[in-house]
Amino acid sequence: MSDTSKDDYESAADRSVRVAEFTDDRRGFIHKVQHALHVTPSLVPLVVLILSIVVFGLLIGSRFFSPFALTLILQQVQIVGIVAAAQSLVILTAGIDLSVGAIMVLSSVVMGQFTFRYGLPPSIAVMCGLAVGTFIGFVNGWLVAKVKLPPFIVTLGMWQIVLAANFLYSANETIRSQDIEAEAPLLQVFGTTFDIAGARLTVGVVFMIVLMLVLAYALSRTAWGRHVYAVGDDKEAAELSGVQTDRVLISVYMLSGLICAFAGWALIGRIGAVSPTSGQLANIESITAVVIGGISLFGGRGSILGSLFGALIVGVFTLGLRLLGADAQWTYLLIGLLIIGAVAVDQWIRKVSV
Amino acid sequence: MEPILAGKNLVKRYGRVVALDHCDFELYPGEILAVIGDNGAGKSTLIKAVSGAVIPDDGEVTLEGKKVHFTSPLHAREHGIETVYQQLAMSPALSIADNMFMGRELRKPGWRGTYLRMLDRTRMEQFAREKLNDLGLATIQNINQAVETLSGGQRQGVAVARAAAFGSKVIILDEPTAALGVKESRRVLELIQDVRGRGIPIVLISHNMPHVFELADRIHVHRLGKRLCVIKPGDFTMSDAVAFMTGAKEPPAELAA
Repeated sequence: MSDTSKDDYESAADRSVRVAEFTDDRRGFIHKVQHALHVTPSLVPLVVLILSIVVFGLLIGSRFFSPFALTLILQQVQIVGIVAAAQSLVILTAGIDLSVGAIMVLSSVVMGQFTFRYGLPPSIAVMCGLAVGTFIGFVNGWLVAKVKLPPFIVTLGMWQIVLAANFLYSANETIRSQDIEAEAPLLQVFGTTFDIAGARLTVGVVFMIVLMLVLAYALSRTAWGRHVYAVGDDKEAAELSGVQTDRVLISVYMLSGLICAFAGWALIGRIGAVSPTSGQLANIESITAVVIGGISLFGGRGSILGSLFGALIVGVFTLGLRLLGADAQWTYLLIGLLIIGAVAVDQWIRKVSV
Repeated sequence: MEPILAGKNLVKRYGRVVALDHCDFELYPGEILAVIGDNGAGKSTLIKAVSGAVIPDDGEVTLEGKKVHFTSPLHAREHGIETVYQQLAMSPALSIADNMFMGRELRKPGWRGTYLRMLDRTRMEQFAREKLNDLGLATIQNINQAVETLSGGQRQGVAVARAAAFGSKVIILDEPTAALGVKESRRVLELIQDVRGRGIPIVLISHNMPHVFELADRIHVHRLGKRLCVIKPGDFTMSDAVAFMTGAKEPPAELAA
């Protein structure tokens, strides 16, 4: 390193001291915890999940702490879990998708109506449903990325539009489970169950878990995933570092739409029928799972597995409190506390750079 | 000698404000060209116009004598022009290695890279560590630590290292020492000299006259949206330069651009 032209006022500062030193002299227990959380943000929901399973297991005993009950929770959260995966992607880019539930329902209605109204083969109808979901996601993404509208507004509008389209198109007509079973069993494929040692799993549950793992891989091990985080962290910086932010945003919303369409398919498997009035709470429930799962609503921080844990925590509380015979309102009350607690923890983690 | 990067007659208007008024610009191989000018003189716009962040309304940009038409920073980057922005353009929550390779990640060789699109973390980390060592930033402990855990000087160092690692033709530095303390500034100035030592020409935008006069081979004085003159640091004093850029003094006629 050449030190040819040193000014006096600068050489007064001791050059033998290394400038870029980085030492961490805060090594208290709290800081260790904070650091661990910073590095592995899904740790909080995992700990909460395990604790809640243990507590309900102790309170209720084997009625709760059995393979059957625990896999029942998985079945109950599968739809919210799949939708939460879509929601996580959008929230990681510092957006929000209020239209997830509506996209899910419309996709399931398209799958059902295309089969029964137009007599298309179920496989084609399913493809059409998935395409519709992806297309709506594309419109959301295009409006957010290119027209630069706030995601909240775009998806608030899209929620109304898609939901209304869903009721208009379906004429509020439910397709009965028996009809689907007889004529288009493919639509119910996500409801197929199989038993392993007292545990009862469905294709939908397996799909949810595999989807989460695939997305976790894509987010942490591919360039696209890094770009999703970078866009959520600081969009302008990402743009200047050479990330094609518009493309990333559109791809995220499209993928979100596609996953919601899969959720619609899984919804048919779960309830058996195609019902245009189902899944109304999916957007709020998915945001709840994501927030409890420790993903920051400000974008760029968190792990998608946290959302899976978040959905499971809600499922554990719901089933646990029901088995305890508590009023269902207690579930909502506790989940409300969890949401606020989770955001408080998020602020604590991001406040200090550890 | 032919300039490596040049702008001719560049014009950029924002509504009724003329940020660039038929401005010329030349950067020659191997030099450090400082660009100075008062706030609002349009130096940032000039730099953005030659680095793709702003598309000029009129005029042309040439790189190695060939006409180029950059439409984005990414585009300019593909041509070997790297810019270190004042706001550093880094994602605070991501690691140093992630940030250095943002937008040009390396994939694993073989099927994992081709089909699973898996990133080659090992290679990226090794490369990032090498580049930081090259520039004497070895004190950064862990290449996987998040950028937000670094000090201002370290962040600037990473940004310069990133530009130096990938900028094959030109490196543009916008106020690289503005937010830094004395010692950290010194470190970054050394980095800049080091990069010049590798033969890469540098455009340095700065308000800090001592730094400008220490580093620059030539100084482009920008005033009212155009190049007022180009001076050599040896021929004038810092007060002269400040007087030229604020309009308190007219530059000698033979230097006027």
